[in-house]
Amino acid sequence: MGIDTAATGGASLKPTADEGAARAAGPDVCAFTLENGLEVVVIPDRRVPVVTHMIWYKVGSADEQRGQSGVAHFLEHLMFKGTEKNPDGAFSHAVAELGGQENAFTSYDYTSYFQRVAREHLKTVMAFEADRMTGLRLTDDVVNPERDVILEERRSRVDGDPSAQLGEALAATLYLNHPYGQPIIGWEHEIEALDRHDAIAFYERFYTPNNAILVVAGDVTPEEVRAAAAETYGKIARRVDPGPRRRPTEPEPRAARRVALSDPRVTQPSVQRSYLSPSYETAQGDRAYALDLLAQILGGGTTSRLYKALVVEQAIAATAGAWYQGDALDDGRFAVYAVPRGSATLADLESAIDREIDRLAADGPGAAELERAKTRLVADTIYAQDSQATLARIYGAALATGGTIEEVRDWPARIRAVSAEAVRDAARDVLDRRRSVTGELLSAPAADAPALAAAE
Amino acid sequence: MTSAASSTHTTDIQRVITPGGAEAWLVEERTVPVIAVEIAFRGGAAQDPEDRPGAVNLMATLLDEGAGDMDADAFQETLEEKAIELTFSSNRDNVAASLRTLPENLDEAFRLLGAALGRPRFDAAAVDRMRGQISAQIRRSALDPDDLAGRTFFSEAFPGHPYGWPPRGTVDSLATIGREQVAAAHRQIVARDNVVIGAVGAISADRLASLVDGLLAGLPERAGTIAVPTVRPAGQGRTEIVTLDVPQSSIIFGRAGPLRDADDFIPAYVANHILGGGSFSSRLFTEVREKRGLAYSVYSYLSPYDHAGLVLGGVATRNDRAAQSIDLIQSEIRRMAEQGPSETELESAKKFLIGSYALRFDTSTKIANQLVQLQLDHLGIDYIARRNAMVAAVTLDDVRAASKTLFGDGELLVVAVGKPTGLSGANVRPAPGSAEMHAPAEAIAAG
Repeated sequence: MGIDTAATGGASLKPTADEGAARAAGPDVCAFTLENGLEVVVIPDRRVPVVTHMIWYKVGSADEQRGQSGVAHFLEHLMFKGTEKNPDGAFSHAVAELGGQENAFTSYDYTSYFQRVAREHLKTVMAFEADRMTGLRLTDDVVNPERDVILEERRSRVDGDPSAQLGEALAATLYLNHPYGQPIIGWEHEIEALDRHDAIAFYERFYTPNNAILVVAGDVTPEEVRAAAAETYGKIARRVDPGPRRRPTEPEPRAARRVALSDPRVTQPSVQRSYLSPSYETAQGDRAYALDLLAQILGGGTTSRLYKALVVEQAIAATAGAWYQGDALDDGRFAVYAVPRGSATLADLESAIDREIDRLAADGPGAAELERAKTRLVADTIYAQDSQATLARIYGAALATGGTIEEVRDWPARIRAVSAEAVRDAARDVLDRRRSVTGELLSAPAADAPALAAAE
Repeated sequence: MTSAASSTHTTDIQRVITPGGAEAWLVEERTVPVIAVEIAFRGGAAQDPEDRPGAVNLMATLLDEGAGDMDADAFQETLEEKAIELTFSSNRDNVAASLRTLPENLDEAFRLLGAALGRPRFDAAAVDRMRGQISAQIRRSALDPDDLAGRTFFSEAFPGHPYGWPPRGTVDSLATIGREQVAAAHRQIVARDNVVIGAVGAISADRLASLVDGLLAGLPERAGTIAVPTVRPAGQGRTEIVTLDVPQSSIIFGRAGPLRDADDFIPAYVANHILGGGSFSSRLFTEVREKRGLAYSVYSYLSPYDHAGLVLGGVATRNDRAAQSIDLIQSEIRRMAEQGPSETELESAKKFLIGSYALRFDTSTKIANQLVQLQLDHLGIDYIARRNAMVAAVTLDDVRAASKTLFGDGELLVVAVGKPTGLSGANVRPAPGSAEMHAPAEAIAAG
């Protein structure tokens, strides 16, 4: 079961357990590039006559100029306002009339817009999306209320949630130099200062067919997509060369850091620690694959080391786990967390977490648990085939963060090939306290309120 | 028009009657190597004893914590070794199981599901662990503005009715729930006569029939659920403020809505879609967000529980704009009640609702969920085939009449959490007491 098997696998194979990698290759994904530089990926799913149409721009919050945090996300909102050809939200109205769903999202490394419509409407949404790739028209009448909308969005996501505030402090402390330390939505005071000119400048610098990826998943053939793309996106001239995606990089981390947030609104304390980690793009060899397995073994679900030790055996945690964010253009994050139970303190949890990390770093995983983790991760890719929207996101995110279609296809085989030693070494090298920030979420007495009653 | 959207093979639902007399609905689909099974039992948190809310939810979370001769660890490891996804959940009206498996592990998946439903262990250590986990969740969300607004709304709307109790219970109530109460909740709800089953994937009707019979063999014939009275939500015309020191007010509003079997459910559904339903074109979205930038999220939806109908909505806005937002929402609701929608709005809404229906059927799990929901709602096996025609047949008069019934005098029960200013005639109380992260904030959506 190697790369060749994976590449030839189809969704209709009647699989046996050993053919996991082959099945995970999924449908026959097809890719090509238009003359103007737009990359196109087609993922057939003929079960239901609907399509998921996504455009991914290779630009995110980490590409913002210092001092303009939030402009990538601000522009994403403004992209719904209209163009000369389709003014006043005409695109959204059309999508609604077609019975389609739409939305968009901004991340550190990419910004994506999507519609889900009946197959016969694919070309219509392509025409609208192509039009707003370069045709956006903005006036203060629509821009200013939208800035207020985003400030409300920030209040909802961050101001009402002390753990989100701690999360911002954690990221800002973990990244000493890299813009991943700035929140995607932006800092409040910098959002307040953003205007139409900032959004348009960002748009003109990054929104161009040669900086975008079109992903179409659903009931279509590559030929249909090719023809429709040529007639819509194909007519959009490249307007700029955004150049290589070079951000300030992190120095070698040397100091373990701690942040703590105390707030009267915290009635359930918790602790989490983030480690600066290589991503799929920055890692050497199979390190990123090993980190995905490490996250699964250490903290993925109820059979993981952390859950078993802290929640089941020692009964000091209500929950505990780990995650790895490897889909990033630059160095990503590996995190562990726990929520105390009974009389356990956050310090107790940290010591217990450290013991489990030390044990894994010393001895590596057992054969059976490594196998279980591989089975779980590979199965996820098979389950992903059940959803065209999920597949579209997997391919789009991978390509927008420097990956290739081959890498997505080969992922199950690469996961299967990771050795116990590689997982052990990943724990040893990456889960080093000097690379980390520990965040504590704590309750605090309210200054101007009666003592908090016990939580309901 | 997108008629293609409704006439797919997802409508090829087979009614499978097993040799043992049970029923399951099946969509046979062999393209993708995934089998999805959804199961629901009629009876949820509304079955909780009044002095012990949270018993049913705790029971549901314990179903995968050990069964038969497997303790929690053995049970979970077997799931992982076979990459079988099995989760249990509950809401006010139902207890549900959700299963995803690869075809080669189908027998094992049903064996585990059968053990979980028929022979759960409820080991003392597992009960303790899950009680601790749920208590932590309750503490964590105790002062979350949206969560607090939701809990307050239900307790105000359903005084003295089980819908008014928190489905997860309270930290105090959980402390009084042990193995005995959990086992009682299990006996009460998990039985053969109140189960509905939906399956999608590479599985024949015969195979499903024999698996279902095996699955149900260990369950008692009859559930012991108690009758829950059907009520109208209370509190319309009242505004309740829960004071919390945050810069934004989280507001939930609502009033009585239709039950799922109401004759005017579909016209009411259309009316609500135009007011505040799920597209970027609703009246509330346009007036509150698009034109004035008052909020990021503003919406309304019909929420037909088994024993009460609601139309519910929400908005989150700066404290000093809360009154303006609520006034706008209220005036849009009154306008809809008095005038109904325009012909153009109705046509647009129908196009959206008809065209987007197919998007509910694009994954096996979604289809299986639909199969279960249709059975829970007694909508009939041909509902999917009929549904779009029912929407298409809605006339302007139908929607006007439904709007009048639905929005009536426009009075709402409003619950605002925060420090809203300018809300006249409100009852004010302080907040009782939390929050957390864990998932990477990887991407944020526009709306």
